[in-house]
Amino acid sequence: MSSPIQPVRIKSFVPDAENQSSSGPELVEKHSSLIGSGTGHWADRIFGGAMLLAALSVLAIVLLILTQLYWQSELSIHQFGWKFFTTSNWDPVAGDFGALPFIYGTLVSSFLALLMAAPLGIGVAIFMNEMCPRPLRTPFSYLVELLAAIPSVIYGLWGMFVLVPIMRNYVQPFLAAHFGWTGFFSGPMYGIGMLPASVILAIMVVPFISSITREVMLAVPQPQREAALALGATRWEMLRIGVLRNARIGIMGGIVLALGRALGETMAVTMLIGNRPEIAKSLFAPGYTMASVIANEFSEATDNLYLSALVEIGLALFLVTIVVNILAQGLIWSITRGNTVRAN
Amino acid sequence: MKNQSHMRRYLVDHLATGLSWLAAVLVLVPLLAIFSYLVYRGIGSLDWAFFTQIPKPVGEHGGGMANAIIGSAVILGIGSLIGVPLGIGSGVYLAEYGRGRLGDAVRFTADVLNGIPSIVMGIAVYALIVIRQKHFSAFAGGFALGIMMVPTIARATEEMLLMVPSALREAALGLGIPKWRTTISIALRTASAGIITGIMLAFARVAGETAPLLFTAFGNSFWNMNPNQPTAALPLQIYTYANSPYDEWHRIAWAGALVLVILIVAAVTAVRVVASRGVLKGSH
Amino acid sequence: MAVGIKVENLKAWFGKTEALHGITMDVQSGKATAIIGPSGCGKSTFVRCLNRMHETIPDARAEGKVQIGETDIYGNGTSAVQIRRRVGMVFQKPNPFPTMSIYDNVAAGLRLNGVRNGREIETVVERCLRSAALWDEVKDHLKKKSGASLSGGQQQRLCIARALAVEPEVLLMDEPASALDPISTSKIEELIFSLKQNYTVVIVTHNMQQAARVADSTAFFLMGELIELDKTAKIFTTPGDKRTEDYITGRFG
Repeated sequence: MSSPIQPVRIKSFVPDAENQSSSGPELVEKHSSLIGSGTGHWADRIFGGAMLLAALSVLAIVLLILTQLYWQSELSIHQFGWKFFTTSNWDPVAGDFGALPFIYGTLVSSFLALLMAAPLGIGVAIFMNEMCPRPLRTPFSYLVELLAAIPSVIYGLWGMFVLVPIMRNYVQPFLAAHFGWTGFFSGPMYGIGMLPASVILAIMVVPFISSITREVMLAVPQPQREAALALGATRWEMLRIGVLRNARIGIMGGIVLALGRALGETMAVTMLIGNRPEIAKSLFAPGYTMASVIANEFSEATDNLYLSALVEIGLALFLVTIVVNILAQGLIWSITRGNTVRAN
Repeated sequence: MKNQSHMRRYLVDHLATGLSWLAAVLVLVPLLAIFSYLVYRGIGSLDWAFFTQIPKPVGEHGGGMANAIIGSAVILGIGSLIGVPLGIGSGVYLAEYGRGRLGDAVRFTADVLNGIPSIVMGIAVYALIVIRQKHFSAFAGGFALGIMMVPTIARATEEMLLMVPSALREAALGLGIPKWRTTISIALRTASAGIITGIMLAFARVAGETAPLLFTAFGNSFWNMNPNQPTAALPLQIYTYANSPYDEWHRIAWAGALVLVILIVAAVTAVRVVASRGVLKGSH
Repeated sequence: MAVGIKVENLKAWFGKTEALHGITMDVQSGKATAIIGPSGCGKSTFVRCLNRMHETIPDARAEGKVQIGETDIYGNGTSAVQIRRRVGMVFQKPNPFPTMSIYDNVAAGLRLNGVRNGREIETVVERCLRSAALWDEVKDHLKKKSGASLSGGQQQRLCIARALAVEPEVLLMDEPASALDPISTSKIEELIFSLKQNYTVVIVTHNMQQAARVADSTAFFLMGELIELDKTAKIFTTPGDKRTEDYITGRFG
């Protein structure tokens, strides 16, 4: 969302490393010597250097994180290789580690969450941009913003004491009675498990989807709406062919961004998913995610291989979220950046 | 035939409108449910003891989260000391010098940093600091949170600085004021409200973080004023108490959650108020 | 098929600002009528009131009587959606749907109106692209190329074809050639000339030569008021009002 209005670059007193060829810096530099701020020249260098250092520290930190994660997981990587991600035996006592149940749990809980959150988030965005009466717009968007600000651990707390009993007493019996035949809703109803974890994840990522969707909808040029209206489109038809159709790639980006969040979400999921490394078809059954196994077992992991296996899960999670986030950014940029080009 | 199609189109239009209202209501239900339940369970336990006492051993009634509140303050303080200068510095670099490839690389890395799952940040800082020091500490926790603040602050600083009219800068440079002074006393000062907004946003985001503290600050049931020792934090304590089987601890967890949420809501609200008044000085 | 338009005491507002101060005029059916006047005189607002597009701008509203054929478009129970289907519009900047193919752009209006028959759509698409003088240029990649891949002039003709596909009775054009190069402009003008045989055309233009070339009648607007409406030849040779004369001779505006 970088600002489209960018001020004309003023040539710096510090010779710009990239643009030595242009005559600008020299002119300015001559000018500055006229004023005679010789000390300013050095101060400028120091100031520029300090800012550069801050910026470089961001690069350094990310590199450090990556290398640390790699070094700490080397033991496990060498021991298990790719098998680590395809086997499902998690036995700290025997020193045998396979991350498949966690990968499964992470993917299933995230996808289920998106399944619920995507329509909801898009609906909320449409409501806020198009349907909401003007005076209600600001308070409503404030409330959605608050939803995004609630800490994960509080979602978890609320989930444990409010959502889980509701699930156990009402939702799960209902689902079992009507959809039990599918096999997704059967077995003992603990309350905790894959289902409530996905529901809480869905609530948590809705604000991400709705805010990105709003942004890309606003990026669709006004003439597209007029074109649809002038053809005799109803409001919904105008939104469908004049707005959503043009914004769909960006909306996809918002959903992918939410996926990135959901994959790495830790506390609320850990408190609700049941933490059992099993691959079960029923969504009533407990599961485990990559983030929650780290949260739960990291401090108990005493021997090096166990610790290393957990860090490798963290490394994998990190790499996957990077890829997912880059994908999301690309999709969103293609709408918000390119819209002026596309409109002409 | 035509009429039927019209009827159908209007029905679909009304249906879509209805569904968008439904989505709006559906998204507010959990929010209101969470807030009201927090107040309902938490308000009764917000007594003097909660703010002044440390946790009582299991079985004893009473006790509070005073150590966790102080601990959170210490950890967030350390985090801000690290995150704010780094964030503002990177933002200034990006806005004032970062046109080239290095600038893009920094922007990209900041995005990556922003997307790192908080639990991964926790184990990375564990590997980076805790293993080396051989003990948990408020410092390690603060470091993790501080790093997590950097991308938000950097982004806000860059955007705000780019919004400062170039004429203002040119005027200062034209007077012979060196660039570093122009940047600090003209550009940064003009953009200060917006940058503070960004800092508070970053603060609100990390204030409730639990995962990065699990293996860095670690938590502590007692008073600890030494930032080089394991330290309690509000979110950590809520997590520990929520997972415990004791009603008394649940009670205090709710009170803690209420305090945490009030803190964060206050920050978010302040950000909104500042932002609605205009993020640039003299822009309204 | 073409119908006339009767406008009586039409007023339009943007928020609290009145942009049209009670316009009364008749637009003849099956003819082209040009609306000219300096920037900000309300000519665009006026045509946007003829298909109720004006009210789609936040805080904008219109009042008065506009009769398209027998229908009072601001009457109780008249739906804007149906009016816009009957009164097509072409905008200043071409606005094809970039995510749709050329074919789908033209078919968009038909599909909205519930036409599902593929053969029928195909016939209409071809007819409209021919009417818009675009068929020969695009017939080989109708379904392959996006509407946005065409040149500016082609895009504008595509938008005209899209507007024609729903068989409107009136076609409103809001400076349809102002964003185009001279060659594209002359193609659009030829097109308007041929279209007025079947449609009532109202064209807003700031280009007086263009009005003189394509329109049968011309109306001169100034500061939200209609100053004069007459045969184009009369307006440009012996206008009845001093202000019209000042404008067309270039003494202001």
